[in-house]
Amino acid sequence: MNDDLTTAPRLIDATLVDLDLDASASDKDAAIRRLVTLAHDAGRVTDVEQMLADVRAREAQMPTGLEGGIGIPHARSSAVRVPTLVFGRSTAGIDFGAEDGPARIVFLIAAPDDGEGEHLTVLAALARRLVHESFREALINAGDPKDVVELIKDEVENR
Amino acid sequence: MKFVAVTSCPTGIAHTYMAAEALEQAARDAGHEIQVETQGAGGLQEIPQATIDAADAVIFAADVEVRGRDRFAGKPTVTAPVKKAINGAAGLVAEAVEAAQSGTVSAPAAPGGGSRGLATKVDHDAGVGTRVRQWLMTGVSYMIPFVAAGGILIAFGFMLARFAGGSDGAIEVTKIPIADLIKHFDATSGMQWAALLFQVGVAAFGFLVPALAGFIAFAIADRPGIAPGFVGGALAGTVGAGFLGGIVAGFLGGFVALWVSRWRVPKAVSSIMPVVLIPLVATLITGGLMIVVLGRPLSWVTDKLTAGLDNMSGGSMIVLGVVLGLMMAFDMGGPVNKVAYTFATTGLTAAAIASHGTQLTVMAAVMAAGMTPPLGLALATVLRKDLFSEPERENGKAAWLLGASFITEGAIPFAAADPLRVIPSIMVGSGVTGGLVAAFGSELAAPHGGIWVTPLINGIPGYLLAIVVGTVVTSGLVVMAKSVRRTEILDAVDAPTGGVHAGHTVAA
Repeated sequence: MNDDLTTAPRLIDATLVDLDLDASASDKDAAIRRLVTLAHDAGRVTDVEQMLADVRAREAQMPTGLEGGIGIPHARSSAVRVPTLVFGRSTAGIDFGAEDGPARIVFLIAAPDDGEGEHLTVLAALARRLVHESFREALINAGDPKDVVELIKDEVENR
Repeated sequence: MKFVAVTSCPTGIAHTYMAAEALEQAARDAGHEIQVETQGAGGLQEIPQATIDAADAVIFAADVEVRGRDRFAGKPTVTAPVKKAINGAAGLVAEAVEAAQSGTVSAPAAPGGGSRGLATKVDHDAGVGTRVRQWLMTGVSYMIPFVAAGGILIAFGFMLARFAGGSDGAIEVTKIPIADLIKHFDATSGMQWAALLFQVGVAAFGFLVPALAGFIAFAIADRPGIAPGFVGGALAGTVGAGFLGGIVAGFLGGFVALWVSRWRVPKAVSSIMPVVLIPLVATLITGGLMIVVLGRPLSWVTDKLTAGLDNMSGGSMIVLGVVLGLMMAFDMGGPVNKVAYTFATTGLTAAAIASHGTQLTVMAAVMAAGMTPPLGLALATVLRKDLFSEPERENGKAAWLLGASFITEGAIPFAAADPLRVIPSIMVGSGVTGGLVAAFGSELAAPHGGIWVTPLINGIPGYLLAIVVGTVVTSGLVVMAKSVRRTEILDAVDAPTGGVHAGHTVAA
């Protein structure tokens, strides 16, 4: 585990995983706020409201819900210090505007807005993995936050 | 087969890469080779040109403009929103196979990046309304350069004439024929330069309706549509049908070309189908219909309208002003507009000018009413940017100058792109202006020139006030009408179909 955020931090750690999103959120807005707050508590996002505004602006362009029960609210924002992934899971499902129904897994993808190239490639790699059914299944079935972190580490960061 | 693809999305950190992965997977599963260029935030790795050249087809899964689109020019192309590549990559790959087999070639890239895929073929799965809008927008986007170049040249011509030729300069400049400029162009004469600008501008305006019609037909039928569309558009001008006639010609040319291209012909003939046969037959049919079917009813309408105006001229001046205003804005250079304008200019006799007759008020009302459509739309693009597409906003900048110079055509791109909302709005604005000018009794003895002949106006304050009021009314109504459309734009973008994404290219 590397806690020094200035040198190559992990994309995600156990504090950025919420396997019971239903406890704090029943709709898209509340879910996004919950995930942004987790990133803020971990010191990765400096300004919750700024980040919320940027994510909402992106959602307003086109909802980020995808078929297969996924929501990927995301933004490049000045409020983000390091590329960050926050994972939320909902049993009830949260509507992210996908045509086939609500999202059961939600990824908040946060990227700094000044960055180009290199350090964003890890986010690109994650986005690519998300397309794979097996990866999504594994995330939906993860037993605890550590499993989620390990999965992402294995599939994305150590490849 | 071998494919190349480009994926892109507004933020560039998620959908771009998901779409790339999905396309790679789907292509591999179907036994094809694919190389995807991800135009996202993770840095750009361009596909080598040799790979592009060797590819059988191109897939654009892009919600923002594809960078370097011209690298892919001339390839069979499939265009779709990025989400479609994520959720339906296999379908897109199948479409690409089909495009490669049928050899559906997209248009070469328009210079300047070809505003968000307008140049490419329209998606076949889209709803009828969406496709009609895409066809219109394609025509409009190619027409705008002619409107802007021609309109601004004419406006500059008037402007220069105003300073070089005095208060009558803007009238005199139109009387210098091209033959004069050819024989003895005098580089030291301001008026000669003004006439040069004016004449080149007029030449550019000559392409306005043909370009609109030609590229509507192109959007419908691809390259075979161009000749029938352009010719039909030119004939729309000849029979005095204006830009509405041009839209008719565009649709006619496009669908006739499409129909002819589906003829089953003997093998010996099929090789000359695209180059000779389709343009020949489609152009003849389209052009013939424009002359024979459209010509007569139009001249009948023109006669009736003229007679109607003659009858009205004995009655209330204000009512006449309103009616003339409505007519000026209805088709901007088409038959109705022309009747109103001709009615006003034929009143400008020496006797009328000497006696300050009501004909001078009619002229003032007509000119003012012809200025408010571009002005009002220009104002609307400033007030509510989000309601207009990028080419429309660009056109809005030129529309200020065009409107001020009484070049009503500056409003045509807006009206052609969205006739049902724009035309009623600008008609009301112009009607208000026409009525107000008549009420104030302003007088004008110049047939054109816009603000450049302001010194020739009697009752300037009322005249200008009428223009300002009409401009504000126009922009208010356009914004209201377009706000109703807003949901529709979003629908068009959300729908899992390809094609144009008007108003959806904000952040990169």
